[in-house]
Amino acid sequence: MSSTTSFDHPTNAKKFNQDQARTHWHDSALWFIREKRDRMAKSLPEWETLRECASQIKAHTISKLADYLEEFEKNAKARGATVHWAKDADEHNRIVLEILRKHEAERIVKSKSMLTEECHLNPFLEQNGIEVVDTDLGERIVQLRQEGPSHIVMPAIHLKKEDVSDTFHEHLHTEAGNCNPDYLTESARQHLRNKFMQADVGITGVNFALADTGGIVVCTNEGNADLGVSLPNVHIACMGIEKLIPSVDHLSIFLRLLARSATGQPITTYSSHFHGPREGGELHIILVDNGRSNLMNSDDYRNSLKCIRCGACMNTCPVYRRSGGHSYAATVPGPIGSILNPLRDAKHHKSLPFACTLCGSCSDVCPVQINLHEQLLTLRTEVKNQNQLPISKTMPMRITSWVFQRPKLYAWLGSVGKFFLRNLPRFMIYNALNPWGKNREMPEAPAESFRQQYAKRAKKNKPQ
Amino acid sequence: MRVALFVPCYVDQLYPRVGMATLDLLERLGCDVDFPAAQTCCGQPMLNSGCDTDAAPLAERFLEIFADYDAIVAPSGSCVSMVKNHYEHIVHGDPRYEKLRTKIFELCEFLVDVLKVDSLPGNFPYVVGLHSSCHGLRELRLASDSERNTCEFNKPQQLLQMIEGVQLAELKRQDECCGFGGTFAVAEEAVSCTMGRDRIADHLQAGTQVLTAGDMSCLMHLAGLIQRDKHPIRVMHIAEILAGYEVPQ
Repeated sequence: MSSTTSFDHPTNAKKFNQDQARTHWHDSALWFIREKRDRMAKSLPEWETLRECASQIKAHTISKLADYLEEFEKNAKARGATVHWAKDADEHNRIVLEILRKHEAERIVKSKSMLTEECHLNPFLEQNGIEVVDTDLGERIVQLRQEGPSHIVMPAIHLKKEDVSDTFHEHLHTEAGNCNPDYLTESARQHLRNKFMQADVGITGVNFALADTGGIVVCTNEGNADLGVSLPNVHIACMGIEKLIPSVDHLSIFLRLLARSATGQPITTYSSHFHGPREGGELHIILVDNGRSNLMNSDDYRNSLKCIRCGACMNTCPVYRRSGGHSYAATVPGPIGSILNPLRDAKHHKSLPFACTLCGSCSDVCPVQINLHEQLLTLRTEVKNQNQLPISKTMPMRITSWVFQRPKLYAWLGSVGKFFLRNLPRFMIYNALNPWGKNREMPEAPAESFRQQYAKRAKKNKPQ
Repeated sequence: MRVALFVPCYVDQLYPRVGMATLDLLERLGCDVDFPAAQTCCGQPMLNSGCDTDAAPLAERFLEIFADYDAIVAPSGSCVSMVKNHYEHIVHGDPRYEKLRTKIFELCEFLVDVLKVDSLPGNFPYVVGLHSSCHGLRELRLASDSERNTCEFNKPQQLLQMIEGVQLAELKRQDECCGFGGTFAVAEEAVSCTMGRDRIADHLQAGTQVLTAGDMSCLMHLAGLIQRDKHPIRVMHIAEILAGYEVPQ
């Protein structure tokens, strides 16, 4: 289960599907979470109202983002935090490195942050001689395996406990073949405890930033963010600018939606609020754009900035469940990733808007009502407009459109096609050129089309 | 009521029985049905492939052919949703479109909401597995879906239950996608077939004898797998069951 190298989703997905037992196991594991989420959503009569409110708050914030960011900066500074601005990933990484250099930090503990993944912070710091340890258990497992996370909330959901046992045996010298979850968790705990104790700086992501208080909120289930920033003196919090909400009064809406949507829990185990640095310490908040303001200016894709990274769209996506997060070859996989990645780099991620049946489940599960599947459809046209669709895909569409504009030609070609489908030997229909027929039978061709039958009937019924 | 019958291209060519069943059913319910012969395809395959400029002339033709009817009815949620929801991108601003989009209906939707059918004749003594096709479900809202916390309703199911003898199969995953997805079925053949086989497995455990849906495209994909894997499930479009057609042998 190594990270895939191809950017082409069908190629990666096909590879994933070769192990059908594993594909089914992956599907069931995520469906289990989706069912838990359904029970939680259905237990709140006000669920749809919460979604509507959250969506409107986010839309409002995005429409006045510059104002709210300034308000946040002012209030965060008043509480003693240092606020940095980064226009892209490189600038973000440089700022982090400067802070670390200033404190001569060599060992870092980091709690889960998709933004630092997006900026490729770990490899950057490692190149600069700094040890970074991911402290979220799932993140640590994939880090030891030198893989990216395959899911934004459950980074190691693609791994079975046997895989974790092998990984821990190799890197943490646990007993070979011992797959007992308690044993494995305890081993990870002992290993991470040492790392926590030695750390010079703690890095966290941010789930919500509150403009009116200048505070930030970090949600974890393992408490690793809290420990990671409580032992060292310096806390660096990295956040995309879209994480802002206007007021602490709005927070309850999002906290109720986040964990229910993500894992089917009523609330994350730890929702920690940081307002300014601890006594004698430093709190650095880095506000990162990295393409977000471009989205803000786009009528078609602005909604995707509402995303609170709960991962519900991944859990519900029937394609994600059966192709695995790594098949997307992107930091954020699944439906939301299939929007964000091609918008940043259409050439590499051109297959992602097509890794979708447009079933719409993601749009209905989304706690902030992002019209995900509609954006994916629009994005397909964008991929074509950027000349990223191969001629093998555009030419057949051009030809069929031309035929469909000529009803008589279409009807004639239909008869010819059906004749061949009825009369050609099997090997000429079922071969490598016909992906439909690899696992499926073709429909049986009837003798007449509907329009022929209709014309005959009309003739018969016509009064003499 | 002057109703135009919109028969999607692949139904016209490959599943004429579905078109005839729709026609029979509408006529029996008192509609004056017309099949405009100039119609071909709504353009969904083109738009779904990102080729909006190839879909545009087909959308234009669709407006010309269908704009003057009182209602347009099609036995396909997916094609109806294309016209109702996605033409917006390509023919926006056309006043004919604003009117037309309120007059186009998926068959079950038309029977329940416009004709207000409350009984249907016939006897269909089978365990029927209803596949909720995604576009009908989540774009046309023919039924409540499992993701949202809304009142439960299901128009196709409501109609099936009017037929004597119908016993509905109870699925474990009520409304999951079958994996067809248009060109997805070919471009992502591996995932598409895994998804389809999972849907069929759910119907097998539920005892489905006749698998039905409002979209022949989903059924074409599932039937292809059923036939290849030799499962004892027959496949019929919902129009065929509602029109009292026999199970094909």
